[in-house]
Amino acid sequence: MTATGAQTPAIRISNLAFAYNGTPILEDVTLEIMARDSLCIVGPNGGGKTTLLKLILGLLKPDQGEIEVLGQAPEKSRLRIGYVPQYARYDPQFPVTVFEVVLMGRLDRIFCGTYARADRQAAESALAEMGLTDLAGRLFAEISGGQRQRVLIARALAAEGELLILDEPTANIDAASEEHLFELLAKLNERLTVMLVTHDVGFASKFFKSIICVNRQVVLHPTSELTGELIRNMYGGDIRMIRHDHRCSPEGHCDHGIS
Amino acid sequence: MEFLEALANPAIPFLRYALAVGILASLAFGIIGTYVVARRITYIAGAIAHCVLGGIGAGLYCQHKLGGITWFGPLSGAIVAALLAAIIIGLVSLHASQREDTAIGALWAIGMAIGLLFIAKTPGYIEPMSYLFGNILLISEFDLWMVLALDGLVVVIATLFYHKFLAVCFDEEYARLRGVRTDLYYLLLLCLTALTVVLLVRVVGIVMVIALLTLPAAVASNFAKGLWQMMVLATLFCIAFIGSGLALSYSFDLPSGPTIIVIAGLVYLLATGLRQLRTRKN
Repeated sequence: MTATGAQTPAIRISNLAFAYNGTPILEDVTLEIMARDSLCIVGPNGGGKTTLLKLILGLLKPDQGEIEVLGQAPEKSRLRIGYVPQYARYDPQFPVTVFEVVLMGRLDRIFCGTYARADRQAAESALAEMGLTDLAGRLFAEISGGQRQRVLIARALAAEGELLILDEPTANIDAASEEHLFELLAKLNERLTVMLVTHDVGFASKFFKSIICVNRQVVLHPTSELTGELIRNMYGGDIRMIRHDHRCSPEGHCDHGIS
Repeated sequence: MEFLEALANPAIPFLRYALAVGILASLAFGIIGTYVVARRITYIAGAIAHCVLGGIGAGLYCQHKLGGITWFGPLSGAIVAALLAAIIIGLVSLHASQREDTAIGALWAIGMAIGLLFIAKTPGYIEPMSYLFGNILLISEFDLWMVLALDGLVVVIATLFYHKFLAVCFDEEYARLRGVRTDLYYLLLLCLTALTVVLLVRVVGIVMVIALLTLPAAVASNFAKGLWQMMVLATLFCIAFIGSGLALSYSFDLPSGPTIIVIAGLVYLLATGLRQLRTRKN
């Protein structure tokens, strides 16, 4: 893990705009995210959260403006990012073991043949950190959703990046797994910048130092500022109901007259 | 027993060739078939296989009509057509934003149509049936060497880049984020699939080669823990299907291709049925 000083920005975005088929998705985005921050990206469905994520990962190119991640262009810095996609998008029958999935975090280090001992050790310690050592030989398809989620985090850790990005990690997992997930993330945040996408506004304030609201425009707030008024501004004025308690519907709160 | 005696009989070399081709090609079939089944691209492999007929037709036409070109025969035609089809279909599947299946279906039919047109215009009577459904009488010693070379190539590449292919099949986006040129590996995998398809066209024919590519891997998936095991098991199943199919077809005077496929199909249905029963019990 490279030591990045707390004052260097992990992500710097200036005047960015992105349109898809002529429809503007993101406009005039300027953003600076500090290293070792813990952020939550929230916003309604279709508001541009996933697009922002893909721009940061370098999977999409901005139409205008610039992005710098860890001081480099996104295509260059992506190897230093630990990315955790949604586990539910995987083929449930794919024959791959947990250990093989975690080893994929080291994919950039081999050209052909087998992984080096250092790669296997990195994968083993990532599994151990996630408490999954016993599952190493099991099929990825056989284990529970919460466990799969942790395997994907272990894979991101095996890559030994400085920035951990998780896409909707709380979708489709039960409350106990979710609580466990946030304990793990809090620990990882001691050495990594942690960024998480969710459409579940309710829990956001509880765990994160900052929150990024995305709805075509992008605004960064310290979580202490997150108020009903702010959310109303972000989602538009016609909200009938927003619930702030943590334990309502697992689909989140955004669908009640907002999106 | 009769089959074993026939194998040893120097007067009928084609049976030995067929078995040798089958066993050698099983390696490539087990490995590539596993990727195809795991990545769920059976229909893409099917389209490639049918495009092979275009190349076979062109090869026959060049050989018979344009007399001088002897080096370009049905087998080299098949290899060229299969690789070409793999790259075109691969690019379509990578870049088509919608109606990918329609485009691939069209290529599937166009490839076959071109082949049949060439065969129709080739002087002398050529039976397209033998290419569509396989005819072990057509296997020569030269074919055997070609199969050996292709097989070696496929097995070596597929094994060397096992981890890359695994990652590209399992999670293409993540592989790209780890710096892997996923488009290139996807196209390479399709090209290997194409070469694998060419390997067994003589034995089971174009129409049924897809069944032999996917059924052993599908049966293996019922027992395997992980991709690597699935490859080994699929190879063994493939050898068993081809061996027993050739033996039965010889003993009962049946066409080899359909016999092999019916055996593979029955075992697949049996394995899948047993698995269903077992999961229902639990």
